[in-house]
Amino acid sequence: MTSGILVYAETSDSRIHPVSFELLGKAREIAEKLGLEVWSVIIGFDVKDRAKELIYYGADKVYVYDSEHLKDFNVLTYKDILVDLVKEIDPEIFLIGATPLGRSLAPRVAAALDTGLTADCTDLRVDEEGNLIQIRPAFTGNILAHIKTTSKPIMSTIRYKVMPMPKRDESRKGEIVIKNPPEKIDTRIKSLGRISKRTVNIADAEVIVSGGRGLKNKEDLKMLEELAKLLGGVLGVSRPLVDEGWIAKEHQVGFSGNTVKPKLYIACGISGSPQHLAGMRDSQIIVAINIDPSAPIFRHADYGVVGDLYEVVPKLISMIKRIKGVSGS
Amino acid sequence: MSGKGLRIVVLIKQVPDIEKVRFDVETGRIDRSSAPAETNPFDLHALEAAVQLKEKLGGSITVISMGPRQAESSLRDALARGADRAILLTDKRLAGADTIATSRALAAAIRKLGGFDLILCGEKTVDGDTGQVGPEVAEVLDIPHVAYVCEIREVTDDKITVVSDMGDKYLYEVKLPALLTVTRELNTPRLPTLRDVLKARKKQIEIWDADALAQYEDPDRFGIKGSKTIVMKVVIPGVEHRKGIIFRGEDAAEKLLEVLKEGGFVKP
Ligand SMILES: Cc1cc2nc3c(=O)[nH]c(=O)nc-3n(C[C@H](O)[C@H](O)[C@H](O)COP(=O)(O)OP(=O)(O)OC[C@H]3O[C@@H](n4cnc5c(N)ncnc54)[C@H](O)[C@@H]3O)c2cc1C
Ligand SMILES: Cc1cc2nc3c(=O)[nH]c(=O)nc-3n(C[C@H](O)[C@H](O)[C@H](O)COP(=O)(O)OP(=O)(O)OC[C@H]3O[C@@H](n4cnc5c(N)ncnc54)[C@H](O)[C@@H]3O)c2cc1C
Repeated sequence: MTSGILVYAETSDSRIHPVSFELLGKAREIAEKLGLEVWSVIIGFDVKDRAKELIYYGADKVYVYDSEHLKDFNVLTYKDILVDLVKEIDPEIFLIGATPLGRSLAPRVAAALDTGLTADCTDLRVDEEGNLIQIRPAFTGNILAHIKTTSKPIMSTIRYKVMPMPKRDESRKGEIVIKNPPEKIDTRIKSLGRISKRTVNIADAEVIVSGGRGLKNKEDLKMLEELAKLLGGVLGVSRPLVDEGWIAKEHQVGFSGNTVKPKLYIACGISGSPQHLAGMRDSQIIVAINIDPSAPIFRHADYGVVGDLYEVVPKLISMIKRIKGVSGS
Repeated sequence: MSGKGLRIVVLIKQVPDIEKVRFDVETGRIDRSSAPAETNPFDLHALEAAVQLKEKLGGSITVISMGPRQAESSLRDALARGADRAILLTDKRLAGADTIATSRALAAAIRKLGGFDLILCGEKTVDGDTGQVGPEVAEVLDIPHVAYVCEIREVTDDKITVVSDMGDKYLYEVKLPALLTVTRELNTPRLPTLRDVLKARKKQIEIWDADALAQYEDPDRFGIKGSKTIVMKVVIPGVEHRKGIIFRGEDAAEKLLEVLKEGGFVKP
């Protein structure tokens, strides 16, 4: 029997997280090289109908655990399911999205299986000898480590948006295996529900205009938000602005905030600390507006404007408005 | 909780001051000697949470760190900040551990303590940066955990209620003993007073080696020997792929606008 690469399909509100599709795409590529199949596992409530989506994106076989009591994420119950499945189907490789949920769940599964786990990878390669090389940032994003695993299955969590989204192909065929969900959940953890939903998902944004300590007042964030909106994007910030209480943490970019990879990132009045860079250095185009020509952010920018953001940003806004035919302010 | 209040264990790691570490792009070398060591910033929030819980509910705080001898300074700082007992796991046989081998050593030390109600960890470290040690310790000890805790709502005799920031925020009620990994939003760590620092100087830091843990875990599962991941090489990413075009002066905004237009970001 051919072995496989298992991909965890993360769900919330019965919706599959896009990172799962990206992982299926990467798994397909590796599977072709190593002569493996691509398998996926989905856990949740009302997710049965979603299983075929996983096939459209590259799975050959999907294991489904669908039950009302699996609706809320319970790290212990989900772990038990995955550990049992891995023991049963014996995959070579097991990939999980490096989302907050994935990074809480994967280490428990790895420890239970007594296998190695590589965290938060940004690339996977197969070397000449057929080894999987897992590449991940460490030291607050300052380095990239190449990591090999000596146990089985090889497990890694992979960042969202680092692997290309594969094409959805409705003609793809695959097998759906309905598994018996566990009879009861582990009651040592009780989910009392979601108490707040973020209002922006900055990780999904294609354009981000970010402000830092170069801003003098909280109100000035509105100016950056206006620029962001004109460019079809959202507002980001450096950590000190969140610490000041100017804005919610969901806007924070960096090591202790969100990791983002937009098409365009404009940093206004941000110096470019290692912790900020860790969250945005893989953006496609980076623009920096800073009054200090020696600010480190310029070394990481494709385009830099040395100048006062209070002059440059209003000017940009009014010129873009003219082009867009928006009148007034 | 036992009659003695909440028995809390805080896991702390000593890390280099990341802003002072020199990374050699050419050779891929990480020169830690250039940087002073400090306690992983996230772990100070875990310790602060422990101190606040002890102030409210009574109990004891034990800090454990695995690392070289010099990690004593982080433990001493933790004593000054309010920990009652400090243990350093240090031994050649513990060195070079990946997260699973690290977790087995830490879990063995926690077992050796006898009993505990709550383990607190940082969300991740600024060097290894995996965030895996907390959940792995919980799995080895077979206790529940909640990651990314940004608020502790309530602690009762046998339960703790916390908010976990997973993008959206979720409320969890967890049976003790349990492990939490905490974010920086949880609290603001207080600085120790000079008096606390002086008092901490007199306290003993217990040193345990692999043999001291052997009753609780097979020492072959510690250190390099017990590790399942190997760092093959380290690459320091350069910035050469960035264009580095700088605009200055009067028409800088105009030039930037041209760039944005060419990139298709400004649509009429
Ligand atoms: C464990 C840890 C985690 C952290 N996590 C994060 C994180 O997730 N995200 C994050 O951002 N930080 C994080 N930090 C903080 C980080 O170290 C820096 O302190 C922070 O990024 C600095 O923010 P800044 O660039 O806005 O401010 P500063 O470094 O003060 O820079 C302000 C910049 O604005 C420029 N400026 C001033 N006036 C103007 C003007 N009128 N026009 C144009 N430019 C102007 C200045 O030249 C300067 O370069 C973390 C720190 C630690 C220790
Ligand atoms: C470049 C590089 C990349 C690496 N990548 C991986 C990898 O992908 N997978 C892997 O398994 N290992 C990896 N390692 C090894 C890993 O860094 C070590 O095992 C390290 O001892 C613990 O991991 P961490 O720093 O990521 O801790 P984290 O898991 O990020 O730490 C979370 C919390 O656990 C506690 N904690 C962690 N370490 C200790 C300690 N020594 N003593 C006390 N408490 C502690 C602290 O409370 C901390 O805040 C890597 C090492 C390097 C140098």
